[in-house]
Amino acid sequence: MASMRTFSPAGTQQASAATTKIESRNLNFYYGTYKALSDVSLAVAPNSVTALIGPSGCGKSTFLRTLNRISETIKNTRVEGEVLLDGASIMDSDVTALRRRVGMVFQRPNPFPKSIYDNIAYGPRINGMKGKMDDLVETALRRGALWEEVKDKLNKSAYALSGGQQQRLCIARAMAVEPEVILMDEPCSALDPIATAKIEELIFNIKNQTTVVIVTHNMQQAARIADKTGFFLMGKMIEFGPTDLIFKNPSKKETEDYITGRFG
Amino acid sequence: MSSSAAVSPPSATGAKPTFFSRLKGGDQVAYLITLLFASIVLLIAVLIVYVLWQESSLARHKFGFGFFTSQAWDHNEENYGALPFIYGTLLTSFLALLFAVPLGVGAAIFLAELAPPKISNALTFMVELLAAVPSVIYGLLAIFTLVPLMRDYVEPALKSTLGFTPLFTGPAYGVGYLAAGAVLAIMTFPFIISVSREALLDVPREQREAALALGATRWEATWQAVVPFAKLGIMGSIFLGLARALGETMAVTMVIGNVPKISASLLSSGYTIASVIANEFAEASSDIFRESLIFLALVLFLLTIVINGAARLLIIATTRKGSS
Repeated sequence: MASMRTFSPAGTQQASAATTKIESRNLNFYYGTYKALSDVSLAVAPNSVTALIGPSGCGKSTFLRTLNRISETIKNTRVEGEVLLDGASIMDSDVTALRRRVGMVFQRPNPFPKSIYDNIAYGPRINGMKGKMDDLVETALRRGALWEEVKDKLNKSAYALSGGQQQRLCIARAMAVEPEVILMDEPCSALDPIATAKIEELIFNIKNQTTVVIVTHNMQQAARIADKTGFFLMGKMIEFGPTDLIFKNPSKKETEDYITGRFG
Repeated sequence: MSSSAAVSPPSATGAKPTFFSRLKGGDQVAYLITLLFASIVLLIAVLIVYVLWQESSLARHKFGFGFFTSQAWDHNEENYGALPFIYGTLLTSFLALLFAVPLGVGAAIFLAELAPPKISNALTFMVELLAAVPSVIYGLLAIFTLVPLMRDYVEPALKSTLGFTPLFTGPAYGVGYLAAGAVLAIMTFPFIISVSREALLDVPREQREAALALGATRWEATWQAVVPFAKLGIMGSIFLGLARALGETMAVTMVIGNVPKISASLLSSGYTIASVIANEFAEASSDIFRESLIFLALVLFLLTIVINGAARLLIIATTRKGSS
């Protein structure tokens, strides 16, 4: 728990980075005829952590899933508007190449039923890497803050790990292909507080290598780790700004109501 | 909870409720009745073994373990052996799985993962329909289409290309091990599709998305993430198919040629345990003939138990590997 104190209360440093890593412009999203996102525009700075908060069903996960186009795997959905990665539209790019650049971690830990080693090696392998990759596996597991715990059992099944370890494995697996952006969809919702603290510390550390966009229903978590925070409500982004500002001095009434616990 | 408390008799004295007072509560009644139903399973299994054991005593004493290795089937000498039938049963079942597993699993992947919902639903309905078709109808299908096809096209082609191996020699009659394997493949195919499809549909969406999110193509995600996750269910479907193939009687009898002989060539006629029992039981004139057939039934029963046991062990072994 002591490690949690090393987190800076975020938001003060490089809050207004000049460049943008990934951004959406006037994004609308439909499940069939139901409009789940309307007119969402949001720009994420490189090497930052951006948190998306809001009540259940507000569209924050849906938004996240449009950023690597994994939303397309659900039938009967439609996207309008633009998502730009380094200024280029992701709609035009090859989807597998896009997902190699924009990784994802899911709500529930979802390791493959393979060994720890093979879980990490899966991404590099499908992206054409051959042969032994011991160094790569070690690097990824270190980034996932899991190396010390698993270095002697890399050939054991990933299912032998605890839930928190599995989730760190999934983060390490995503990091193994060195994505430029990593999307996290409530990565701690199935974990206990200690496992959550470890993951928060890890997120704080991987910021050097990648850009993190995290959906969370835990406002304290957003306050602890995010440089910027966006508040979603009923498919709209109500407010987006430095985390400090959102939590201490929100400009919109809805944000204030949500943050002070008046609903949600 | 409160309602069951109201039904149960007052136990203010703290006395243990009697059997009859618990009966009134309903739980005990349900327990006993369902227990009775469930014990029928045990009863039937015991009865099968008892009857087969009892009714085959003459043959068991005369032939002993030699029955398993003898190739004799001689009514004049009253000398009987099981080996050609064991061979035929195992070989035709193996051939059936050889054809049906890749086709069935492939079709299941299409239905569960790749097909548009309308096509998938229509085909799934057809699959369920095929699984329910009685085997004698498959036998007729085999006699009128499969056997001529084998005789006129498939077997000559196999002989001219692979005739140098002992597997494809001898005259092409159409009937034989290969035809029996093919009809069994057709019959086990719907089982494998149906159960494999369910297993594939049960794979959590996150498994597929995990692969996709790492840059896998749709096929890579299907083949490398979804299918391995459904491995147990798919193996289950294969063993279900195998069980059908081992015990299938009617359709096999119609196309295997019914010759109690072991031949290396897949084009030759053969016999299976189930077929010989069905064919010859009514004509079993002597006691030793009849009891030898019953002994064969016992062998088939043991064979299915051994194979199912092996399957169980295989499943346990792979589960251990996957999850601990």
